[in-house]
Amino acid sequence: MSAATRTRPAPASTRTAGGVRESPLSRAAAMLVMGVFTLYFLVPIWWLLVSATKDRGQFTSTNPLWFADMNLVENVSALLRYDGGIFVRWMGNSVAYTAGGAFLATLLAAMCGYALAKYRFLGREAVFNVVLGGVLVPATALALPLFLIFSQVNLTNTFWAVFLPSLVSPFGVYLTRIFAAASVPDELLEAARLDGSSEVRTFFTVSVRLMFPALVTVFLFQFVAIWNNFFLPLIMLRDEAVFPVTLGLYSWNTQVNQIPELRGYVLVGALLSIVPLIVTFLLLQRFWRNGLGAGAVK
Amino acid sequence: MRVTTAAAGVGTLTALALLVAGCSSSPDSAAPGGDAAGACEPSGGAVELTFTTWIPGIEEVVDVWNAANPDIQVTVQTGPNGNGGTYQNFFNQLRAGNAPDLGQIEYDALPNFRVQDGLTDLGACEEVMAAQDLFVDWTWDQVSFGEEGHAYAVPQDAGPMALFYRQDLFEANGIPVPTTWAEYAAAAEQVRAAGGYITNFSQSDVNQFAGLVWQAGGTWFANDGEEWSVDLAGPESTQVAEYWQDLVDRDLVSSVPPWTSEWDNAYNTGAAWTWVSAVWGANSIASGAPDTAGAWAVAPMPQWEAGDAVAGNWGGSSTAVFRGTEHPYEAAKFALWLNTSDEALTLLNQGANLYPATTAGADLPALADGVEFYGGQAIYDVFAEASTQVPAGFTWGPTMTQVYADVSDGFKGAVSGRGTLLEALEAAQESTVSTLRSQSIPVAG
Repeated sequence: MSAATRTRPAPASTRTAGGVRESPLSRAAAMLVMGVFTLYFLVPIWWLLVSATKDRGQFTSTNPLWFADMNLVENVSALLRYDGGIFVRWMGNSVAYTAGGAFLATLLAAMCGYALAKYRFLGREAVFNVVLGGVLVPATALALPLFLIFSQVNLTNTFWAVFLPSLVSPFGVYLTRIFAAASVPDELLEAARLDGSSEVRTFFTVSVRLMFPALVTVFLFQFVAIWNNFFLPLIMLRDEAVFPVTLGLYSWNTQVNQIPELRGYVLVGALLSIVPLIVTFLLLQRFWRNGLGAGAVK
Repeated sequence: MRVTTAAAGVGTLTALALLVAGCSSSPDSAAPGGDAAGACEPSGGAVELTFTTWIPGIEEVVDVWNAANPDIQVTVQTGPNGNGGTYQNFFNQLRAGNAPDLGQIEYDALPNFRVQDGLTDLGACEEVMAAQDLFVDWTWDQVSFGEEGHAYAVPQDAGPMALFYRQDLFEANGIPVPTTWAEYAAAAEQVRAAGGYITNFSQSDVNQFAGLVWQAGGTWFANDGEEWSVDLAGPESTQVAEYWQDLVDRDLVSSVPPWTSEWDNAYNTGAAWTWVSAVWGANSIASGAPDTAGAWAVAPMPQWEAGDAVAGNWGGSSTAVFRGTEHPYEAAKFALWLNTSDEALTLLNQGANLYPATTAGADLPALADGVEFYGGQAIYDVFAEASTQVPAGFTWGPTMTQVYADVSDGFKGAVSGRGTLLEALEAAQESTVSTLRSQSIPVAG
């Protein structure tokens, strides 16, 4: 799961050294298991894609896993026009929460993890252990306390109510610390210091580059976490204008019984809402893989 | 507006949140009854109110009010429906001291807010008390909990029930439209013989069943001012449960869960022939079964005794003023306008399909026309009649989410052959009493 564990050279060496070839049977079994899981993950997306192309009558009456008449364009344009284009606004909000939040969260996590890995100071391990404890507390459990705290400072129902809590990523700190310890050599920092570079400059010009694969991983994790964040906005937000797309679609979905045309909008909206995730993954995957390779050679 | 089955996912999440919340504070007053009505004086000067509701298109209605009342400006806040998270948000906000001034609360959730002391008693607001006669009796009963001189919300909409049926299929097969439940069971046999199902048994949406019990004259809860009593398996509930158990046993009703595409499809393809549902159901069929346009009609609900004229109710909500508002007078004034004025009721009906809780609301011009989907029948006449036939006195309990979940679990078992509907109600009776006890709510028995 984490880049840090994968970059250990051990798996690569056993593969080249080990002469044991797997039997065709066990390979087939492995393929079968993977095939089943692939289906398990892809069928719902396929269903979503197919459903989004149908009009309301055909949605219930035709085969759920195959196309009927192609109505995708009509459905999408109806969704974008519904209620004064509120869906577009929600997508925009989600992008703002997510891109900004993930970027800043990654930066903070990188600084924190780097400091924990490279500087010796009193209470370092204590700080790190507290952060590790943070990994264990689910974000959901923090939503209500956060609401009560934000209520005290009158920040509920604002952009900040969702944005600020997403800037923290304990897992990111953990990952960057491990990665900084492994991939940023102390000698290099020493050399930078001798050349007169300040600590901040060293961090941004040298260390960040060396930690880049880990940072991409942290960014991706945080991106997905914020994009899919639902419970915190549900508790914090009342104003439709600041909803992220997850909460907006959920609100619509609770009203499907009353306004049945919303069902179609929820489906098409759900399809559109996963597009940014896919795009981000495809774009950043390259850096990720580069990083894995770089680690293996070292 | 009606209660929908709560989304299971959110259920667990909110349960978790409740758990966390439970550590920090507990409701101060567990027992309802007897709290003195607060003052209800105009604030003087310009007032700003917030109103949380999930009614679609409500902004337009509120805009009309804001344009006419520059001194009382209302801001709309929104979110998912009540059980989808908004009720939990209300409780969180009440705890944090930043609840909105007004909020939408369905009738079946009002007792919960009352027990947790979240509502402002509008009994001191003369305008509100003077408006009592504008509302259909039973809707007022829902917001006053039957207490003279008190009102904990203003009724908004109602869900009087009637019988939706496939007129064409009934005619083609020579089946008379049932007027009593005995005739309905007989018709169910004929429909089954013709290859269809007369309806589905609503195993997952318990509200429909509650509406049937309501029609039979039963009630599930009562409160004498001191303690609650729970009566989920009383004589009327037993009667209704045994009636439907018989239909289930004889495979005369299908077990398709409501609000699924399978269920829509059963209506769309003519596999299901009738639906005993509320006034808002007119829209559900029209959009779920577009291929059957023109083939439907609406008749009064079947009766237990021939010649009776009693209807049940399914859903409906109120506009409540939350405890902690600084402007109860203005909030009440807005709530009254929203739920009694012709212009607001017309907009709510057109935009959100709400059926007014006022007696005059039944005569809105928007409700007089024939509806094309129902072969041009003026279906709202049937519901106007039904609305006045709903018995007063049906009381909801303070833990309806738990009741619905427990009853529905039992019903699902009964439909698939494990236990009976009556046993499900008896089990829920026990679990409800123990839930009330565990929340320190005084309960008899």
